[in-house]
Amino acid sequence: MIAFAPQLINLFATLILLLSFAMISQRRIVSLINIFAMQGMALVAASFLLGYATHQTDLYVSGALTLVLKVIFIPWMLHRLIRKLNVRWDVETLLNIPTTMLVGIALVIFSFSLALPVSRLSHSIAGGSLGIALACVLLSFMMMITRSKAVPQVIGFLSMENGLIFAATTVTNGMPMIVEFGIALDVLVGVLILGVFMFQIREKFDSLDIHNLETLKED
Amino acid sequence: MNALFFVLGFPLLGGLVLAFTGHWPRARDVNVVFSLGTFVAACFMTVHVIDNGPQTVWDQQFFIDPLNVFLVTLTAFVSLTTAIFSRPYMRVEQDHGKMTPPRMRLYHSMYQLFSFTMLLGFTTNNLGIIWVAMEAATLTTVLLVSVYRTSASLEAAWKYFILCGVGIAQALFGTILLYMAADKVLGAEHATLLWTSLNDVKGQLDPTIVTLAFVFLLIGYGTKVGLVPLHSWLPDAHAEGPTPVSAVLSGLLLNVAMYAVLRCKVLTDGALGTQMAGQLMMGFGLLSVTVAAFFLSRQKDVKRMFSYSSIEHMGLITFAFGMGGPVANFAGLLHMTVHSLVKSAIFFTVGHATQKAGTQVMSEIRGLITVNPTVGWGLMLGVMAILGMPPFGVFASEFLILTTAMREQPWAAPFLFLALGVAFASILARVLPMVFGDTTLKALAHPPALLPVFVHLVLALVLGLYIPPYLNGWYVQAASMLGG
Repeated sequence: MIAFAPQLINLFATLILLLSFAMISQRRIVSLINIFAMQGMALVAASFLLGYATHQTDLYVSGALTLVLKVIFIPWMLHRLIRKLNVRWDVETLLNIPTTMLVGIALVIFSFSLALPVSRLSHSIAGGSLGIALACVLLSFMMMITRSKAVPQVIGFLSMENGLIFAATTVTNGMPMIVEFGIALDVLVGVLILGVFMFQIREKFDSLDIHNLETLKED
Repeated sequence: MNALFFVLGFPLLGGLVLAFTGHWPRARDVNVVFSLGTFVAACFMTVHVIDNGPQTVWDQQFFIDPLNVFLVTLTAFVSLTTAIFSRPYMRVEQDHGKMTPPRMRLYHSMYQLFSFTMLLGFTTNNLGIIWVAMEAATLTTVLLVSVYRTSASLEAAWKYFILCGVGIAQALFGTILLYMAADKVLGAEHATLLWTSLNDVKGQLDPTIVTLAFVFLLIGYGTKVGLVPLHSWLPDAHAEGPTPVSAVLSGLLLNVAMYAVLRCKVLTDGALGTQMAGQLMMGFGLLSVTVAAFFLSRQKDVKRMFSYSSIEHMGLITFAFGMGGPVANFAGLLHMTVHSLVKSAIFFTVGHATQKAGTQVMSEIRGLITVNPTVGWGLMLGVMAILGMPPFGVFASEFLILTTAMREQPWAAPFLFLALGVAFASILARVLPMVFGDTTLKALAHPPALLPVFVHLVLALVLGLYIPPYLNGWYVQAASMLGG
């Protein structure tokens, strides 16, 4: 089992990257939330596996935290939110999916070349995944830029957090426990606040389209 | 019992208490009392640290040295004066119907929690917790900015959250890389994010990893400092929230982010032994000063104009720390202090002026000096101070920064002079008619609390004329810690 661990972790890493691409091209909000939950699941699997391979109990705790927060609670909350906001079956018109994909591939190549000299130095058995983690962060970043609706923007934000936690897990076998808990708390509170905001934005602008939020501009 | 316990305990307790009682009429006073408690505790801590040197508290989780204790005191002080200013200001806002009881509860509770997150960010020894505190500070201020629930404030808060969330995520990536570098030196068993431990081994940290880490950290925390081109959230957030919030955002929050950058710079300089970190900071700083000065000249909203002025000054501070060396670091710290004092004083007077005029558009605010001479003079003196007129403290720090720049980085000096000149001309041209023009405005129902304005300005004046040896020694110690 331990012999296969690095390969398995690489498999999960690839899965996480693949799901990031799936998010970029997904137009249905419901499916987007499901993909996000799946990405969280892959992250949890990678944490548990790495915890098993390196005998670090911290990684189990970190994995459990991700499981509760990113796989169970936040997707559930987002589902509830889109039902209440009545945007459950919304389909977003995305321009130029092929172009976005190509830019995404360029970002992945960029991340790998940036991470290569650093990941060579990693002690961890999965240190090579740093490039994938960075690619996930940048892809989520791109998703936040290209999406015009509020919910996909928030999912992009959360997916970016997934990429960061994945970087912490694979490169350094997890951050100190107190920091992990702090980050989880911030994410949780942040999502709750954004959820409340969505209702208020909806109330004020009659839509969740962020393009409405463009009155504060320089002349 | 350590004073730090009270420094962090008062605002945290205040946040909890005011979450339930923040709508009471007396809550405005309770807010002041909690801030006063924090300030007194901070003073005790400062005296202790200056007499006994740096100390670590609670199993090294907290670290107090002259650098952060000075920022802690400044933060506690400005939080206190802003709480005093906020008493009559929020009362008027309530009378105008902009604030309802639940909003007052949110406002007071978040005000205290915001102080808590800033003080936590300054005092913690753990680079990961600095990140957590910065993100928490974003969350509390997002709620403060959006407290009026107008379309504009919601828009500003949403942009603030998303942009700062993205920016600060880069800082977390940088922190992870730093942890990886520590892991290589200290081994997986003893790996740590404690700044003191990292500082002890900074010479052995791997340069490749640290270089990449610093780039991410600078971009991440630089977003919160408001460095161009990552600044676009700042004018919106500062202009749309209640004025006390603009004052603490501009005067204090930017300092926390700056402090995080400085701590990382010390590690990076130690690991690399080159000027890479300083050069990056000089580049970003110079760009911010120049771009902000030109944007500043095009503003119509008074709070937006002064938030661009904050970007300009933070750029100048970043540039000063980028140059490094005892004089520039000293000037940077002094500039941080006087900018906090003067900018919050300006926002106090601007707050009263906009409340009186019912608008933030500068062309509609006129003749403050006839309506209320104290507000008028407060604004005029504040503006003179922020523009770097002698004898205020900003003059002293800007003079030091500019002379050091001419000596050590002569290529940058023309840009700095040009930017400061443009800022000078455009702010003065806008503010003079606001203060001296003809007006038909009436006085306010509740007398404004202008004591904080003059206390801040007098302090800035004193710092410009004469820095007491005690305080001077403190600045010199803090500056030497930054090395360069």
